[in-house]
Amino acid sequence: MQRTSVHRVGEQRWVRWTLICLALGLTLLLLVMPLLLIFVEAFSGGAQTWWANLTDYYTLRAIGLTLLVAALTVPLNLLFGVFLAWLVTRFEFPGRKLLITLIDIPFAVSPVVAGLLYLLLYGSNGWLGGWLMQHDVQLMFAWPGIVMVTVFVTCPFVARELIPLMQQQGREEEEAAVVLGASGWQLFRRVTLPNIQWALLYGVVLTNARAVGEFGAVSVVSGNIRGETNTLPLHIELLYQDYNAVGAFTSASLLAVIALVTLLVKSFVEWRQARQRAPLHEQQEQG
Amino acid sequence: MSITLEQINKSFGAFRALDDISLEIGDGQLVGLLGPSGSGKTTLLRIIAGLESADRGRILFQGEDVTGLHVRERRVGFVFQHYALFRHMTVAENIAFGLDVLPRKSRPVAGEIRRRVGELLEMVQLSHLAGRYPSQLSGGQKQRIALARALAMQPQILLLDEPFGALDARVRKDLRRWLRNLHDELHFTSVFVTHDQEEALELSDQVVVMSAGRIEQVDQPQALYARPDSRFVFDFLGHVNVFDGTLDGRLLQQGEAWIRLPENREGASSVQVYLRPHEVRLQLQPVAHAHLPLQVEAINLIGAEVRLELRPCGWEAAQLWEIGITHAEFNAWQPRRGDRCFAVPDVGHLFGAGNAAPETLYWG
Repeated sequence: MQRTSVHRVGEQRWVRWTLICLALGLTLLLLVMPLLLIFVEAFSGGAQTWWANLTDYYTLRAIGLTLLVAALTVPLNLLFGVFLAWLVTRFEFPGRKLLITLIDIPFAVSPVVAGLLYLLLYGSNGWLGGWLMQHDVQLMFAWPGIVMVTVFVTCPFVARELIPLMQQQGREEEEAAVVLGASGWQLFRRVTLPNIQWALLYGVVLTNARAVGEFGAVSVVSGNIRGETNTLPLHIELLYQDYNAVGAFTSASLLAVIALVTLLVKSFVEWRQARQRAPLHEQQEQG
Repeated sequence: MSITLEQINKSFGAFRALDDISLEIGDGQLVGLLGPSGSGKTTLLRIIAGLESADRGRILFQGEDVTGLHVRERRVGFVFQHYALFRHMTVAENIAFGLDVLPRKSRPVAGEIRRRVGELLEMVQLSHLAGRYPSQLSGGQKQRIALARALAMQPQILLLDEPFGALDARVRKDLRRWLRNLHDELHFTSVFVTHDQEEALELSDQVVVMSAGRIEQVDQPQALYARPDSRFVFDFLGHVNVFDGTLDGRLLQQGEAWIRLPENREGASSVQVYLRPHEVRLQLQPVAHAHLPLQVEAINLIGAEVRLELRPCGWEAAQLWEIGITHAEFNAWQPRRGDRCFAVPDVGHLFGAGNAAPETLYWG
């Protein structure tokens, strides 16, 4: 290779290497080291202790509650996200732009504030909470409250993935399907859904990751009843405050594994989406 | 199947998209909706299909009111401007879609569907592409697949929205001819939208010229070109040379230029004479009935005749005049930029004040 005489910005060797080393160094220091440390700490008492900590009654309860929250949140937000994206990309109505902006509120607001808002509304002294109390319905400091705030915090993920895609794809394909006689359900299942499936999966993966890991909003409404309303992140904090570092890191290692799996799935989905957008040109030659 | 539109009105907010449109399209006709963008032609097509609903008015297919009928039930074929092929389905799956979504009891068996798709692919001469995805096709191929998909349901009415708009000139011409043949073979009623006058005139049995949500004129192509009803149609269909002047008796004058009308008129008024390029000759000397001095501005040699662009001398026109002469005439005369000559009208169209239809003038 001949070196070109034209120097682009940042082409000098030392600039390039300084930047690369800096990036790699920071990644190592801030991401890889802590991740490794979690596992080192979790297994510091040996695999048996790790297993004992993991199968501890309260830890199992926390895992169970976390799974329940995710299992309820993800389908709810999946439906909500698809509905919302369909609404704002396929119909014109007053307030549509405002709605698109409002979708982002859960991202803009600190989760703690979200938790407090729910407490204010649905707590026993709250506006709706008092009335609910009279009818023997307790939402706050119980699992329904945890699900409610988690749904709130994670609701933009699916819609935000779908809206730009559906806007770009337009409604012509759907119109074509209706002209050809497709019913509403056939239209959704055979035309809309296949077109958005990867974006949808991407949104679901992100929703799930956040639902499992949410701390701030949940900690406000949970009440921290061990074995009752403790999710995995809250449980970790509690263990840590009890000076049970190994126990805390054991649970943390579980969350870390979930995060790694999420990353893998996310990369796979991104790869599929890229492939869908740019169909292989080699196929054209073969046909 | 004939299509009848009765007083169709449609507004988008304050914008009047369609203003009292009534139209009769005969069974088996191929009709072009022609107009500039924003004239409402696409909206009208979408209303016929049922993709849009009219604010007021009725739509009848073969005398039967379908105004309240859902798109799904109208059973029309629709070809979209950007094809709207299902991107995640193969060509064969695209074509089969309409048959696949039929309710179970009226749906043909799988083998029958496959046979029908094969026939349609053969008809559009793309059998070798059955397994491809839309993103692997060229524009012309996509358009033919879109047509095959629309025809799979054997519709009696085929609606096409700017069907050739996104294609390059050569493919366009091929597809146009092909559509015409297909139409003659299958005898459905077709309505297509276009802003291309050449396309509309070449393809249609009847052309509907639209502007600003109204129908300006409905006529056969030849009649439309030869006898436009209004200034709009004149301007929109082909080039036209306009002479603006004050009429006094027989003499229509502006600056140094004048035209003597074949017959006398009452009173003085401001009028316009519209002249098609082929209705005017060029001479080096003025004649008794017209004095229209012009100067050669540009010469275009490509085509069956030589087209000259001419600038008025001593009078004014909003647009340069355009007149065609044969290559033989051109070779004999050998005009160059800046040369002077005179226009001699043989036939003209006189517009008075208001929107009345023009009066045709003959000299000679």
